Amino acid sequence: MTEAEIIPKICDLLGPYNPEGKVLAAETDIPAELNIDSVGVLDFIMEVEDYFDIEIPMNVVSETRTVGDLARYVAAQKNKA
Amino acid sequence: MVDLLEKHRAIADRFQRMIDMGVNALGVTNDQMISPTRAIVGGREIILAGTNNYMGITFEPSVIAAGKKALDEFGTGTTGSRIANGSFAMHKELERSLAKFLGLKHCIVFTTGYQANLGMLSGLAGPNDTIYLDADSHSSIYDGCTLSGAKLVRFRHNDAADLDKRMARDDTAGGRLVVLEGIYSMLGDRAPLADFVALKKKHDFQLLVDDAHSFGVLGPNGRGLGDEAGLEDGVDFVIGTFSKSIGAIGGFGAGNHPLFDTLRYAMRPYMFTASASPASIATSIAALEVLAKEPERRQRLWDNSQRLFDGLRALGLETGTDVVSPVIAVKMPDELTTIAKWNALFEAGVYVNMAVPPGTPNRLCLLRCSVSAAHSFDDIDRIVEVFKRVVAN
Repeated sequence: MTEAEIIPKICDLLGPYNPEGKVLAAETDIPAELNIDSVGVLDFIMEVEDYFDIEIPMNVVSETRTVGDLARYVAAQKNKA
Repeated sequence: MVDLLEKHRAIADRFQRMIDMGVNALGVTNDQMISPTRAIVGGREIILAGTNNYMGITFEPSVIAAGKKALDEFGTGTTGSRIANGSFAMHKELERSLAKFLGLKHCIVFTTGYQANLGMLSGLAGPNDTIYLDADSHSSIYDGCTLSGAKLVRFRHNDAADLDKRMARDDTAGGRLVVLEGIYSMLGDRAPLADFVALKKKHDFQLLVDDAHSFGVLGPNGRGLGDEAGLEDGVDFVIGTFSKSIGAIGGFGAGNHPLFDTLRYAMRPYMFTASASPASIATSIAALEVLAKEPERRQRLWDNSQRLFDGLRALGLETGTDVVSPVIAVKMPDELTTIAKWNALFEAGVYVNMAVPPGTPNRLCLLRCSVSAAHSFDDIDRIVEVFKRVVAN
């Protein structure tokens, strides 16, 4: 699974957290640009975990700010499995 | 120069919006305390319905006398940490009393409940371990987990099947600690302990329950969630606080593990802070005695909780949980409505907690009530009547 394949799905999963319909891309800073608070980010990460059936420890979340960062982590986990 | 405080501009703006709507709900100042359920605020008498003073024990004469005696005999403070000059005989006595009350072998007392969570979680788990924490955990649990350096996995609230799935996914070595709460502070619901204990047959882990809101409240003996569920043997570690049912300040961790006392030399929030003051420890000891001798307080708390729960639900208000609890959170549609309704309640003489995201689960806005054994039925009826007039209208 490639990052390019993962990014659109992450953008879909961000839908409920993007009420203003901002254009999302790999470089979108999730908490800053979508104005999601800390708990909201963790809730969103749970959706990503369940969709891709992987674990994303909370320790990783603080280091994955952009959609691209997250896609890279998801790809690494999926390809490891 | 980058102004360090500029990053908090949005918080300042949000706070100002609340101030502009009336009273600062996050800075209410009690000018005088009349009783566990009454205060004078700005010259007006207010019914307190958001204090976590579950047993209504803060004005108990025997408890106050114990505090005064400790002040006279041991002074105002310990001026040192527990591992230096800050261990007094009374700290040890409280630890023995709590262990006996809980039916556990070991207990360690902390200066605050917050530090109990920081200390216990960071002492139990380290960088090679994994902590599984409920998504609705209190901030002190999140902070303790972060301090531990352990891998942190968050599972869906009260969902043992979700925890099972996450544990099955994880193949890392190291110890595993699961953290639950007896009563969750915002919505008032409790963990389905049997479901989580059952998982111990499938996965290797140790289980910790934070009974901050359930110590003194749940179970035939008031020991907390394990006591209520009849599953104390399935719980490896218990955490509690003195700032709720005990009516003082401080916290504890307890368990049966033979190495438990070694945690004293592995928990930075225990080692590197001053120990609790003599008056606080003495009042905690005396309050614990009252709790043990007067189980009728617990019954009064539950009778009052049932009355408020039924009264608010009869108004058509949506509560945080469908099961009666001493924490009764009324859901509001949005933050502005919450602020307006909180102000209306306060103006009508009732104080509750205003709770808004990110301090709440699922971005909920809440008018959070907590019930006390010291409330009278008249108090409860008055609170319901005010909610009817200014919230449910």
